[in-house]
Amino acid sequence: MILAGAGVAFFILPLVGLLLRTPWTSAWEQLGSPEVLAALRLSLLASFSATTIGLILGVPLAWTFARLTFPGRSVLRALTVLPMVLPPVVGGVALLLAFGRRGLLGGWLATTFGIHLPFTTAGAIIAETFVAMPFLVITVEAGLRSMDTRFEDAARTLGASRWTVLWRVTLPLVRPSLIAGAVLCWARALGEFGATITFAGNFPGRTQTMPLAVYLALETNPDAAIVLSLVLLVVSLTVLIGLRDRWLGAS
Amino acid sequence: MAAALVLSAAAALCSACGTSAPASSPALSGTITVFAASSLNAAYTAIGKEFQKSHPGTMVTFTFGGSSMLVSQIQQGAIGDVVASADQPNMQKLIDAGLTAESPIVFARNDLEIVVGKGNPKHITSLADLARSGLVIVLCAPAVPCGRYAAQALQKAGLSVKPASQEADVKAVLSKVALGEADAGIVYVTDVKAAGNSVEGVTIPPALNVVAEYPIAILKDSQNRALARAFISYVLTDGRRILAQYGFTNP
Repeated sequence: MILAGAGVAFFILPLVGLLLRTPWTSAWEQLGSPEVLAALRLSLLASFSATTIGLILGVPLAWTFARLTFPGRSVLRALTVLPMVLPPVVGGVALLLAFGRRGLLGGWLATTFGIHLPFTTAGAIIAETFVAMPFLVITVEAGLRSMDTRFEDAARTLGASRWTVLWRVTLPLVRPSLIAGAVLCWARALGEFGATITFAGNFPGRTQTMPLAVYLALETNPDAAIVLSLVLLVVSLTVLIGLRDRWLGAS
Repeated sequence: MAAALVLSAAAALCSACGTSAPASSPALSGTITVFAASSLNAAYTAIGKEFQKSHPGTMVTFTFGGSSMLVSQIQQGAIGDVVASADQPNMQKLIDAGLTAESPIVFARNDLEIVVGKGNPKHITSLADLARSGLVIVLCAPAVPCGRYAAQALQKAGLSVKPASQEADVKAVLSKVALGEADAGIVYVTDVKAAGNSVEGVTIPPALNVVAEYPIAILKDSQNRALARAFISYVLTDGRRILAQYGFTNP
């Protein structure tokens, strides 16, 4: 109990520190500024896009890791969760080496399609996806592994097609881990800093997400930085608590 | 061994005789911590080694970081003896807070320079070239000193440059150019020098250049003012030669 209390205090004290230092009187002014609104809008756009891409690519990947056995699976699995332990700045450099102007794929993308990813919003989304998707993959994979596969077998023996089994049996059964994975992925994407600033740079309205705006505000205007951080906190708490009540509370 | 014993005995004697010992006393001893701007990293590390060689029995440890980050650390109670900032406004914050012991002295200057890729593939020869269309330019964010100075230089030249990104610090500008993601940026002379062969510098004429001034001061809470003072006078004398090697100019 005491240890749990210490754990709670450890998380709450820094938040209390932030709240105590918040300049409430000027807070509203800071919030209404166009730069803050642009950063907030961009942060929401990028984090939800990253989660969507994460779901589209990550769920099949999780299913592959959970259900198929093939040589090199564990190595491949380790590689896909590597961004979780890689310092995000290094991740950003790695993304530049892959998708940058002189990168492995980036040069081809630029000359063939005229697509430039660094310094664009698409680049910010890619950086966030790179760092956040592993959280979704491992959560969904764990859900698929702990699921009772006899339900799928039963559905199949009753004549359900593979698609029907997937949509009507498998995905509904792993819904809690699907949602938990998506939320974790979204939260990680929202707070992403290092890979984004390294790969996509920092430009207001284009690639300057909230964490980047907070970091730069710290240089000149610490009060503004604290207000921005609180906004980020409120937005993420609202989404996390709202999701919990709507989808996770029942389970 | 015997010499070390004699020295430490002398040090013990001196600490008994109080802090009235002059800075040139041969019995300097102990450790000081120097907070120094990131751009001083290489030069100060070299100065620290030389200083310790000429004052055996002393130890100088460094904390390098962005000037504004160092200032907020000191304001939050970080313990140290000397601070060297990359700009006057940050030093002024410490003076205003009553955290410095003596008025700061400018010990070095750093000019701005255009940084371009190896071999200058885009043939950039002046500030005016940065306004050419089709170039990817990165600058420091206006919130950090290098961004402020770059904006001043461009204003002097009557140019409007649209950067692809406003980077959080000067090293980020440098790495974007070194990796080939950006065609050019504006950084300090010392940064181009430190980057070695990966980039090239294009000189900005004095009429358009903006010079960064580096002040140094003793902190009020220093526990070893004699050694702190000795270090500062070393920076101002023998240190100048070392600073020049790294691209700084004398004030």
